[in-house]
Amino acid sequence: MRPSLQRHRSVLDFALSSLLRRKGRNLALTAVYTLVVFVLASLVFFVQALKHEAGELLEHAPDMVVQRMVAGRHDPMPASQVEAIREIRGVEEAEARLWGYYYDPVYGGNLTVMASPDPTLLPGSARIGRGVARNMRVAEGDMVPLRGYDGLPLLFTIQQVLAEDSELVASDLVLLSPADVRTLFHLPEGLATDLAIKAGNPRELTTIATKIVEKFPDARPILKSEMLRTYEAAFDWRGGLMVVVLASAILSFIIFAWDKATGLSAEERKEIGILKSIGWESGDVLLLKFWEGAVVSLAAFLGGVLLAYGHVFFFSATLFEHALKGWSVLFPRFRLIPALDAYQITVLFFLTVLPYTAATLVPCWRAAMADPDSAMRS
Amino acid sequence: MIELAQVVKTYSAGLATPYTAVAGVTLDIPGGQLTVLKGPSGSGKTTLLSLIGCMARPTSGRIHLRGLPPGLLPPGADADPLEITSLPERFLTTIRRRTFGFIFQQFNLVRGISVLENVMLPTYPTGEDREAVEARAVTRLEALGMARHLKAPVDRLSGGEAQRVAIARALINDPPVIIADEPTAHLDSRLSAEFMELMGQFKGAGRTLLIASHDPIVHDSPLADLVIVMRDGQVVSAP
Repeated sequence: MRPSLQRHRSVLDFALSSLLRRKGRNLALTAVYTLVVFVLASLVFFVQALKHEAGELLEHAPDMVVQRMVAGRHDPMPASQVEAIREIRGVEEAEARLWGYYYDPVYGGNLTVMASPDPTLLPGSARIGRGVARNMRVAEGDMVPLRGYDGLPLLFTIQQVLAEDSELVASDLVLLSPADVRTLFHLPEGLATDLAIKAGNPRELTTIATKIVEKFPDARPILKSEMLRTYEAAFDWRGGLMVVVLASAILSFIIFAWDKATGLSAEERKEIGILKSIGWESGDVLLLKFWEGAVVSLAAFLGGVLLAYGHVFFFSATLFEHALKGWSVLFPRFRLIPALDAYQITVLFFLTVLPYTAATLVPCWRAAMADPDSAMRS
Repeated sequence: MIELAQVVKTYSAGLATPYTAVAGVTLDIPGGQLTVLKGPSGSGKTTLLSLIGCMARPTSGRIHLRGLPPGLLPPGADADPLEITSLPERFLTTIRRRTFGFIFQQFNLVRGISVLENVMLPTYPTGEDREAVEARAVTRLEALGMARHLKAPVDRLSGGEAQRVAIARALINDPPVIIADEPTAHLDSRLSAEFMELMGQFKGAGRTLLIASHDPIVHDSPLADLVIVMRDGQVVSAP
């Protein structure tokens, strides 16, 4: 082996044995460090994956949604408006949608009830999200009662529980036939909740929106790009909510690194003196301390990142569930698709590993620069 | 072999309470002999040893090393005598590592690691082959009767055993000069006598020995070729 490699190997071996000599202290240190990296990495992974999911979902969303506003509030649209909008040049498809919210007093949860255009969903049948099935403790083939606008119960047979993949958006979803939605919410024929529009050329969307508003001043067109912005803002806000957690984690890390930077035990100082007196250079001592810091910080970084990966992508960020997954009692249970951003992991690496390693080196550098004769006098 | 000219060492120089530990020492320490620095505590013996052993630099004065084999000199330093007081830290470390073996009063072993690892420790930064170093360390320890303690942590050793480990460590790089600071301070008379016997063997092997001690077993030993008496940082008696 080349002398320079042999030198690194010997110093690294000694660094490992030094860490083992102070087992309790170093394990506690690594555990705290791992926890900080775990919290930071969980946040990064979670927010990143949610943004990714939102982007994927909106890819299949309509190019534009048109609502009717009355006194500043959303109101059902008359079918005549739907037909007129459909005839505007540039509109390729216009689908009148029926949907609404249903509060279930028994389970204390809000459900999103939508009419499905699928003709195989017959009146009296329902397709429900996993959150609804879980909360109501029902399965395919069971009957579910929903209380109509007049207080009378309507019974639906569950035709299908929606796939797990769609749980992020479909957890609280109940799909009914259009006739059943009208009966449940007392929506007369000829009225729709809103209108989903697909444009032949997405560049014409703004022009189409302008034409709609000119024709129907009470209409409110919402473009897909605006929805995307709202989603991003929502997830950023949720990410922002966790800024408090993030700030605490970073603060603990700074305190932790500062403690390390200012605290070099008398035993460590004496050891540095001994090493220098038996022929180690200041650079050799710094190499030793660099390896010690690198072993602790790399172990903590890898451990923290792997734990965070498991936590977010295998256990659906259980620890952040209540803070991050919305306000409903129907918390969606879903598995996020891993969406890792190399840039963010690199930033996390530089924010955690480098400051710690530097913090380890600073006090040792001071001690290593002292004359080795201090060892003679101890 | 080691020449000191008007060497002064002042600690906290320029501060409110400067302390001069060595005050203008001029000495000539011959090679291949046992020299004892004798004197009470605070007389400057330890400071003088650390200056000679390249552990600290004098405030003023010069120290020369004469007759060092070329292999022990740092690259680029080929003068004879070699003036060591103005060398950069890297050169000083190389000289310290190759030329001097230190035996400290408190032994200064690294706690928590084995006897063998303590002896090998000075060689780690050199990049020398580990197996060769280990074989050499085992030989040194066996010669000092420590073969059965190779894997034992140094914390469990008695005072005499710890000192033999410190001696083996001082010898690992095969230095021509052994420096010992109050080596018998923590030993009983029997172990002190054994230590001097070992020093006799090293002297017989041609090594230069420099011991600071106020123990009569050391300075009255027939092995001592030169006894230098120090007081208040100055040499008060030298042949």
